Amino acid sequence: MRLDVMKTYKLYIGGAFPRSESGRSYELKDKKGNFIANPALASRKDLRDAVVAARGAFSGWSHATAFNRGQILYRIAEMLEGRSSQFIAEISALEGVGEAAAKKQVQSAIDLWVWYAGWCDKISASAGGTNPIAGPYYNFTIPEPLGVVGIIAEERESLLGLTRGLAPVIAGGNTTVLIASESAPLPAITLAEVLATSDLPHGVVNVLTGKRSELISWLAGHMEVDGLDISGAQKTLDGELKRLGSENLKRIHRFNMDVSPARMLSFMEYKTVWHPIGI
Amino acid sequence: MSTEIFEYAPAPESRAIVNIKSDYGLYINGKWVAPHSKKRFASINPSNEEVLSKVSLADSVDIDKAVKAARAAYNKVWAKMPPKERAKYLFRIARLLQERAREFAVLEALDNGKPIRETRDVDVPLAAAHFFYHAGWADKLEYAGFGANPKPHGVVAQIIPWNFPLLMLAWKVAPALATGNTVVLKPAETTPLTALLFAEVCEQAELPAGVVNIITGDGSTGASLVNHKDIDKIAFTGSTEVGKLIAKAISDRGIPATLELGGKGANIVFDDAPIDEAVEGIVNGIFFNQGHVCCAGSRLLLQESIVDEFVEKLQSRMAKIRVGDPLDKNTDLGAINSSAQLAKIKEMSESGSKEGAQIWSAPCSLPTKGYWFAPTIFTGVTQAHRIAREEIFGPVLSVLTFRTPQEAMEKANNTPFGLSAGVWTEKGSKILWAANELKAGVIWANTFNKFDAASPFGGYKESGWGREGGRHGLAAYIKGAR
Repeated sequence: MRLDVMKTYKLYIGGAFPRSESGRSYELKDKKGNFIANPALASRKDLRDAVVAARGAFSGWSHATAFNRGQILYRIAEMLEGRSSQFIAEISALEGVGEAAAKKQVQSAIDLWVWYAGWCDKISASAGGTNPIAGPYYNFTIPEPLGVVGIIAEERESLLGLTRGLAPVIAGGNTTVLIASESAPLPAITLAEVLATSDLPHGVVNVLTGKRSELISWLAGHMEVDGLDISGAQKTLDGELKRLGSENLKRIHRFNMDVSPARMLSFMEYKTVWHPIGI
Repeated sequence: MSTEIFEYAPAPESRAIVNIKSDYGLYINGKWVAPHSKKRFASINPSNEEVLSKVSLADSVDIDKAVKAARAAYNKVWAKMPPKERAKYLFRIARLLQERAREFAVLEALDNGKPIRETRDVDVPLAAAHFFYHAGWADKLEYAGFGANPKPHGVVAQIIPWNFPLLMLAWKVAPALATGNTVVLKPAETTPLTALLFAEVCEQAELPAGVVNIITGDGSTGASLVNHKDIDKIAFTGSTEVGKLIAKAISDRGIPATLELGGKGANIVFDDAPIDEAVEGIVNGIFFNQGHVCCAGSRLLLQESIVDEFVEKLQSRMAKIRVGDPLDKNTDLGAINSSAQLAKIKEMSESGSKEGAQIWSAPCSLPTKGYWFAPTIFTGVTQAHRIAREEIFGPVLSVLTFRTPQEAMEKANNTPFGLSAGVWTEKGSKILWAANELKAGVIWANTFNKFDAASPFGGYKESGWGREGGRHGLAAYIKGAR
């Protein structure tokens, strides 16, 4: 007989896979009570490091061509496809669903990455345009990425839920700090391994695991975070998170499993440019 | 270069066209009603401190009445009306504003202190254009890109500032009505009169009662309106400080808000810019409307090689700005809107001198009565100075310098605001590069302070949430639209 080599599930910050600087972790068991892993319990310092990494990656990612971003998102789908079995195993162990349901979730997530990959170089054309103003000026409006967006991934449907949050945010050119599902964090870390091998520049996506009750309010109060997807937070926290976010007027949105270009545009800003026409 | 200013004979616009009542009630449910508090306060002409009228101070009882009227109008009339009929009301309002344009222009100059040249050529025509533009959207919303069945929010609370009173009313009311919402609008404490005259336009347009309600008052009135439990959406234009308070106040209520807040716009002049045009643009960027403009180009960023030449030309041009009677058609710069704002401008200006920047003011004579401040620039300003970081909202320009284009972008973006920016260069690729780098909602290249009903306006970062104007501005008044 051969003993399995078990994986250490760590954080994903700035393209590296560190343990929490705090040295903390928490025990994860499957539905039958068997030990699965000790994922990292991220600290406030880890969260700050993740925001620094995301901010540092913003200039490069937001300036990448939309075509390039689309190719990288498609590459993520390719990498996911190849690792399907690993996600299926993690999902069925942690969410207590059968293999068929887990497989369906993984396939839906892959298809969603493909869908958003195609949006990268279409959102400006569909949401932007020229404005027919009453004067000798050329005037156009385009959506631009917002900046650093915090994502509180949906607790259920651990891979698909986080894809619903993550794909539109990075397709739009933002960088992100994602807080994984607390009860089923493994697909988020395994997805980070996918991202790390998909030519996604380091720091564009940073993944934290741990106690969401701690991490969420630190993220909402962070002045270098520009937007927040609170879909995965309990509804009762909305008021508190919005209050914290008001300090720097964060764009805060909750989605009900939405899959739409409007979800991309929620974390984009419209820029309007004027120039005189003349000789 | 000569700094002499031509003598012009005064060319005052007659104020006979306006008929200001001695006092005004609140416009609720299509009727003029006395305020519950029975309190009134004066609206004065800031150019000579003359009391123009007494207006009502609305409290929470009046607000409740106004919100109920707006709710009833929404449920019974406005939401049910075929969109093409709704459109025709807006077209009517646009036409009435055009017909009464001179009256509005004179009244705005009296109540606000801004020059008649600007109210006549900018505020009022743009306000009318806003209604005309949005009228056309009312029955075409399913083509606006927000889904097949766009829905209004319901009752919208709108709070507007004193710098463009009628124009801000138009920016708020026109898109709200076009999309099928009804409104309760609170004009600014110091500039209520054109909003009250607009109520007469609503009457002439036979707008159904309660669709537009106008309540005057002070900050407490605005706070009561924000906190009313039965509003579905808030639209606010004003300071970032108050914008944050509103964001906080509604955090538990799940209602959306549009916030158009402060700015500290950078106007960037590269060494290959058309210098004379740029000087005109910088002057327009900061001295238009006495600098009471959230998107004003209040930070001038000059490339080092042109600093001396540019500042000299700028000062020479500033010396020719005509400061004085807002009703005189020759006037470029009118009165500061209030004594409180004048005190703030003076305080900021003193801080500039204290912190080590060099002040220069145009050598103009200022009227003895009223609130006045001469066009002023500070040179030798660093990014740490308050006058480079905080909004002054007055005719005060801070001049900073840069060596490389990258440094210009870094300095321009080094602010929590992100409303506007200007770029001056003859090189097309540099314009588009800068437009790409600047974190601001509106970029004016080789121009500044241009506005249009079809052009979205609004800021990045702490300059606010959402856009107003154009197709994109409609999203603010349609449920779930982005």
